[in-house]
This record gives sequence, C-alpha cells and structure tokens, in this order.
Amino acid sequence: MRRRDTRDRAREQLACRQAVELVTDYLDGALSADERARFEAHLAGCPHCTEYLREMRITIAALGRVEPEGLSPAARDDLVALYRSWRSAG
Amino acid sequence: MVDDSDLVARLQAGDEQAFVTLVDLYHAPLLRLASTFVPSRAVAEEVVQDTWLGVVRGIHRFEGRSSLKTWLFRIVVNRARTAGVRERRETPTDRPDEPAVPPERFNAAGGWTSPPAPWSDDAEDRIVARQTAAKVSRHLNLLPDRQRQVVVMRDFEGLAAPEVCTLLGITEANQRVLLHRGRSRLRNMLERELGKG
Repeated sequence: MRRRDTRDRAREQLACRQAVELVTDYLDGALSADERARFEAHLAGCPHCTEYLREMRITIAALGRVEPEGLSPAARDDLVALYRSWRSAG
Repeated sequence: MVDDSDLVARLQAGDEQAFVTLVDLYHAPLLRLASTFVPSRAVAEEVVQDTWLGVVRGIHRFEGRSSLKTWLFRIVVNRARTAGVRERRETPTDRPDEPAVPPERFNAAGGWTSPPAPWSDDAEDRIVARQTAAKVSRHLNLLPDRQRQVVVMRDFEGLAAPEVCTLLGITEANQRVLLHRGRSRLRNMLERELGKG
C-alpha cells in the first residue's frame, strides 16, 4: 500500500521542467483548480521555480514600460499636412 | 489620460488638434505593431499612414463599442496583414515543441541543474534603461512572426487576451502558447544580459 501511495504522489508532482511551461497559463488564470494547486505546491517547495516565476513577472512588467520610438517633429508635420489634404478632399 | 468620447466627438467635428492628440498618443505604438507584420520600417510607415487616412474617413462610423485604442489597433492590424501578405518578411518558423527553458538546464528527472540566478531588485529598471531596451527591441525581431505579434500586443501594449485573439483570429489556447514562447525567449535573453553585470 505504502509503495503505491508514493508512486501516486510522484506522478502528481511536477518536475521543474514542466512547471516553467505553466507560467503563462498560471498568470492568465488558465489553469484548472487541480493544476493550479499542483503548480503552487511545486512553487512552495522549489525556490528555483519561484525565482523563475519572479523573473517572468519582472520581464512582463519591464516590457510594458519599453517605450516605442517616438514620432519626429518632421513626421508629425507631414501627418498634419496630410490631414489637411484629406479633409479638403472631403 | 485623454477621454475617448470627448476625443471622438472632436475628431468627428473635424478638429485638427484632436487629430494631433491622437497621433501623439498612438502613432508610435501603431508603428511598432505594424512593424511586426511587414518586412521593413518603410512599409510599416505606409501602413500607419494608411491607417490614419482610414481613421479620418471612418471616424463618423465609430460607435464606441470598443475603446478607441482597440479600434485603431484593429484598423492597423487589418492593413498590416494585407501589406504583409504582399511583402513577406523573412522570419524564423515557430516550433510547436519549443521549450521555455533549454532542456540541458534540467536533469533526467526534470529538476534544475542550472537554476536561474536571482535577479537583483532593480532588474526591471535595468531592463527598461535605454541600452537594454534597445536590445530587447532587436531581440524581438528574431522571434517568429506570431510570437512577436502576440508579445507586442499583450506585454508591450497591454491588450487583453480576448482582444488579441480577435485581432489575430487565433484561439485563446494558441494565443497563450505563442505568448509563453515569446516571453520565455525574451526572459532567456534578459538573463544573459543581466548576467553580464
């Protein structure tokens, strides 16, 4: 009995290699309740995957702060000129 | 924050200053998004200019059922996709089995052998700083098309998952797979950058 119990638990446990594949699903709330519980149980016992999740969160937050290249004043003037021509063309 | 309905009313009335406000807010993000579909900056600029023409012509039809930003993104994506079919970019293909982390960093049982080194508390600011941000943008161009489009929409522009699915005509599951691979690649690249000290 005891041996079977251990094997079941082993199957339920996530390997780190699998855990890192679940990060986006986890952050998007797309895991089932079971998967989510297993993922969080893995994190609770694994500092490396906890750090990995933290780095993914930092990456995502940083990407949201990367500004696109700005509009040059000349390009802006060109667009305003185009706007006037479009307006007058009806 | 500019109020959508006020801006829309002014655009519909032909207020040039409202158009300038819109251009200041969205030209750069639209250009970045268009660039993920077409081979060159020049084509992306044409696409965005064409988008502005579409906006000027179509603003009277805008009913506010989506946000102005979503509406603009829909126009630019439609135009960029058409232009992208005409002028294909050379891009790496998307591998469906691509792992988030190189497999050699795990042992046979799937545990870390080369775990991620902890990032410093100022890591986010270091990534956003100009030099690293430029490297992020360059690295972004190495991603397969769909990955890059999804990462730009979700993580750079902050669009919600359902909006991205509608814009690209893909399922939520597919969208998450693409996002996951794209993000993971960028994290791996940032890990190498931040590790340089």
